[in-house]
Amino acid sequence: MTSKNESLHVDSYERTWIIASIILVILFFIAITIAGTMMGIQVPGQVGRVDPNTVAQSGEFAEPGLRELAPGKYEAHVLAKTWSFDPREITVPKGSTVTFYVTSSDVQHGFKIQDTNMNVMVLPGQVASLTITFDEAGEYPYICTEYCGLGHAAMFGKVIVTD
Amino acid sequence: MSASTKYEMTASDKRFIGWHMLFAIAALSIGSLFGPLQTFEHAGWDIYAQPWFQALFKSYYQGLTLHGVLNALIWTTFFITGFTTFTVIYGLKRRLRYPIVNHVGWWMMVVGLVTAAIPLLLDWATVLYTFYAPMKAHWLFYVGLTLVVVGSWIEGYGFYLTYYAWRKENPGVRTPLMSFMGVLNMVMWQIATIGIAVEILFFLLPWALGLTKGVDPLLTRTLFWWTGHPLVYFWLLPAYLSWYTMLPKQVGGKLFSDSLARLAFWLFLVLSVPLGFHHQFVDPGVPQGWKMVHAFLTFSVFLPSMFTLFTVTASLEIGGRARGGKGWLGWIWKLPWGDPSVAAQLLAGILFMFGGIGGLINASYNINLVVHNTAWVPGHFHLTVSSAATLSFMGISFWLVPYITGKKLWKPKLALVQVWLWFIGMVIFSNAMHVIGLLGAPRRTPLGLAPYIPEEWSGHLLRIGIGGGILFISVYLYIIIMAVTALSKKVPADEQVEPPVAESLHDPQQTPAWLDRWAIWLVIALALLAIAYGPQIVDQLMHMGATSPGFKVW
Repeated sequence: MTSKNESLHVDSYERTWIIASIILVILFFIAITIAGTMMGIQVPGQVGRVDPNTVAQSGEFAEPGLRELAPGKYEAHVLAKTWSFDPREITVPKGSTVTFYVTSSDVQHGFKIQDTNMNVMVLPGQVASLTITFDEAGEYPYICTEYCGLGHAAMFGKVIVTD
Repeated sequence: MSASTKYEMTASDKRFIGWHMLFAIAALSIGSLFGPLQTFEHAGWDIYAQPWFQALFKSYYQGLTLHGVLNALIWTTFFITGFTTFTVIYGLKRRLRYPIVNHVGWWMMVVGLVTAAIPLLLDWATVLYTFYAPMKAHWLFYVGLTLVVVGSWIEGYGFYLTYYAWRKENPGVRTPLMSFMGVLNMVMWQIATIGIAVEILFFLLPWALGLTKGVDPLLTRTLFWWTGHPLVYFWLLPAYLSWYTMLPKQVGGKLFSDSLARLAFWLFLVLSVPLGFHHQFVDPGVPQGWKMVHAFLTFSVFLPSMFTLFTVTASLEIGGRARGGKGWLGWIWKLPWGDPSVAAQLLAGILFMFGGIGGLINASYNINLVVHNTAWVPGHFHLTVSSAATLSFMGISFWLVPYITGKKLWKPKLALVQVWLWFIGMVIFSNAMHVIGLLGAPRRTPLGLAPYIPEEWSGHLLRIGIGGGILFISVYLYIIIMAVTALSKKVPADEQVEPPVAESLHDPQQTPAWLDRWAIWLVIALALLAIAYGPQIVDQLMHMGATSPGFKVW
């Protein structure tokens, strides 16, 4: 009963299709690698742990907000909690580079600044960090993108970029 | 060549499958109440805010939780275990080896469903179907989900025992394709659900019962997504099974390549699980390098889907040409579009092409920053679980339910209208969801209450409501058609529906034996899982911060 032939028969059209699919996937992967490494479009990694039970009382998140490190360079600590962000508003001049550090003192939240590449999960116990440059003046709402309870839909703040 | 494809299934086996269908469709009928209400809310008509409605259901989020759990977890799992029971018995042409095992599994699933339904309906578990800690549901919710999953495992053991008995009775014979695919999906599911089982049994349940003080949100998320993505393949593979092994017969074609079909499924076994970090690309605490590894693995699992697209299309083409179709694309119009079961699955396949493209975008590491947790994501997975899987399942049930009940499908023309309504509703809904997602609208949010939604989006939000309304009509038409079919009079034996079983263009015995051996593929699957998840799970366990107490925020 068993066939002696152990090699896989592949139709020639089928082979072309498979090779094309593999090349396509490799090209896509190269593209995201270039965007990630050479163009610096990165996702968050490991920053460090905090204790969600005490994070609002001591340490950098006890007084969240904007801090100027050098002209045009800022860091912003944002504390997410049900159902608001602290601070609710951040104002920076046009062209500023801001490194955000975001954590939660209760449940999971999301932190997404509209029209930018800032879009991270906010987990209690972890600090999410990304750096964003604001090249155009305007208002950029930041919104909670993860269900966090009854007040979730109203949880937002804004970055004001001045001329 | 195997003899006749016919097999007379016993009445009790048919009844057992029928119970699965009944519960699956019952869950769908309740879960589908809420989806449209969410879309209406987006469009500006908030029924959740009505006092009479609030007397029954407390919030948008309770509705969303019921929609997700009942449709994505219960409708799918109950349908799939029932359909897999069919593929094992009918494909192997033998009864279950130990029916008691399957029955125990089934009852566990039912008890689990009831146990989870109580806290869900009482608003004690409004945590959505991802139940991210430290949001804490009532412990009954976790117990119920566990019983459903473990029950499905035990049904799986019943399939394995049956398959093992068949192998001993049929040495050297290639496993019939539909049974092979059905069993493989259960094996993949059992590897995949290790994550959620560990999450609930070791962390969430002890914590919900008050035995432990805290949980680590990152670790529990990681364990959830170990299961969460392959869950999608658990939904999709039974649809693929039908497209490969049944649909070609329904259109008068033949399966183009038995070997490639098996190879694709082995790749799904190996690649479906070790890629969950692509749901955690924007999570803090997971190193970028591991996210990149999982991005690559997610791209790899795109390949067996591409094989499937080729083989299924080629198999359909054989049918279209046999029916007189000419030219490059002329065969498409010759397919039996008037058959609601065929139309449902063809339309499901078309929607799924867009789902697949969107899925590649989601999997693309940094491009995910644009779409993560936006309305794009539910827009996407309504093309996968709610179209590729659900619309195919509807198509399958148009012959499966008549077959197991000995009835005739009630009003096939109406069924055809129903599947087209699903297609049209889904195109409108899903397109608008993708668009507002790209504009920045979050998912899981009653957008009518969100103060940051600009006025200019109202056109898209209206389209979401219109799409949802059409889907609402479609799903209840489906439920009515199923109910009337099941309650109608039995038809004479010579008019009974025959399950479609596609022949392969080549004798399956020509398929290499290594495509019908389990050990090596299982070893590769587990090894890849250990490589892709092992280091991170160990690291997260060693640095575990079980600091989060529970919160009830609804």
